[in-house]
Amino acid sequence: MTEQGILGVFAGHKFLSGLSERHRLLLAAGARPFTAAPNQLLAKEGDTARCFYLIQSGHVSLGMHTPDRGVVPIHTVGPGEEVGWSWLVPPHRWQFDCRAVDEVHGLAFDAEWLREKCELDHELGYHLLKQLIGVLANRLAATRVQLLDLYK
Amino acid sequence: MEGPRACPTPVKPAVVRVRDYRRETHDTFTLVLDPPATGGAAFRPGQFNMLYVFGVGEAPISLSGDPGEGGGWVHTIRAVGAVTRALARLRPGDVLGLRGPYGSSWPLENARGRDVVLVSGGIGLAPLRPVLYHLRRHRAEYGKIALLYGARSPADALYLDELRAWRAAGELQVLLTVDRGDPSWTESLGLVTALFDRADFAPDRAVGLICGPEIMMRFTQREFAKRGVADERLYVSLERNMHCAVGFCGHCQLGPSFVCMDGPVFRYDRIRTFFEIREA
Repeated sequence: MTEQGILGVFAGHKFLSGLSERHRLLLAAGARPFTAAPNQLLAKEGDTARCFYLIQSGHVSLGMHTPDRGVVPIHTVGPGEEVGWSWLVPPHRWQFDCRAVDEVHGLAFDAEWLREKCELDHELGYHLLKQLIGVLANRLAATRVQLLDLYK
Repeated sequence: MEGPRACPTPVKPAVVRVRDYRRETHDTFTLVLDPPATGGAAFRPGQFNMLYVFGVGEAPISLSGDPGEGGGWVHTIRAVGAVTRALARLRPGDVLGLRGPYGSSWPLENARGRDVVLVSGGIGLAPLRPVLYHLRRHRAEYGKIALLYGARSPADALYLDELRAWRAAGELQVLLTVDRGDPSWTESLGLVTALFDRADFAPDRAVGLICGPEIMMRFTQREFAKRGVADERLYVSLERNMHCAVGFCGHCQLGPSFVCMDGPVFRYDRIRTFFEIREA
């Protein structure tokens, strides 16, 4: 994918909304298009988080391994969303299995590269942190509502 | 929102017969009732009937069938109390008392020409199903249509075959999610509000219809607000402790409104301040 193509994906992706032109160009240099086949594992719980994914199309199931039931799916991420914050939070290990439900297309960023850019450019780091906090807050609120077992 | 219609016999139940019984989930079932000899089976999506099991009591139950079909009254009911458990024991040929239909309805006229986003959770899909029938029947009169439906588990989700058939037919966008999946579930996992990012609608021309547990509806309103859908274009169906259904008893009073008479469907901005008032 060309830089223009990547910038086109950026423009349509909610996670990068509000990002300056300079930062878009900076991130475009490290973005790598990826495709995952249905059932393909994008990340394994406990492994080092080497990537951060922006999802363009398809769905990714997040799950946790349990001794008696195997991997229990707990959340689905879809187009316009992102997979992974473990790349930013030490010790940089995946908290969940992330498995493609159907064919997934998106952009991947190398975690080490992205952390380095955030350290060098705090404005970029702050923007990405704000976006990730928004994602975390939404998922935490949703999880709390789910704990209420509203439909019981 | 379309206002309530006067009921010809407001407090006297008619005797009706059960035509069909269908089990939907482990605790939810559908009764198809023959309409009373007078009055026919006409209703507007969002309205409810009072169903009376002789010797047990009465409960308000939303109409969940096709408003364009005059065949019979369809009620999908969750067995959670004495009356609804008694309703669950009824079978074809049994009789029960019925009053209605009562209440206001979803704003199908106001929504014409607009995108329509329906958000429901659990049994809250039942009062919205008549809207879906109507929208399908009058598909050309509306913009994009999206249904976002959340349930506790795949086994608790209502009307799955029907919803998937409508999705396959390309008539509307159907997004499904459950709180807890199982190996057979290939749709989304998570809260129904997480589906908003995948819903296809234009916020500036969308109307939102919301029905489910009130906490879910509060979170749903926030998602609409984030996207710029004004409270004036949101409608909710409220459940309160309805007894008489005709505004006499006051059990369902919500500020200056009676849910049985002025609701159950309300425009959100008109009841916003009362929305979080707890039932006495």
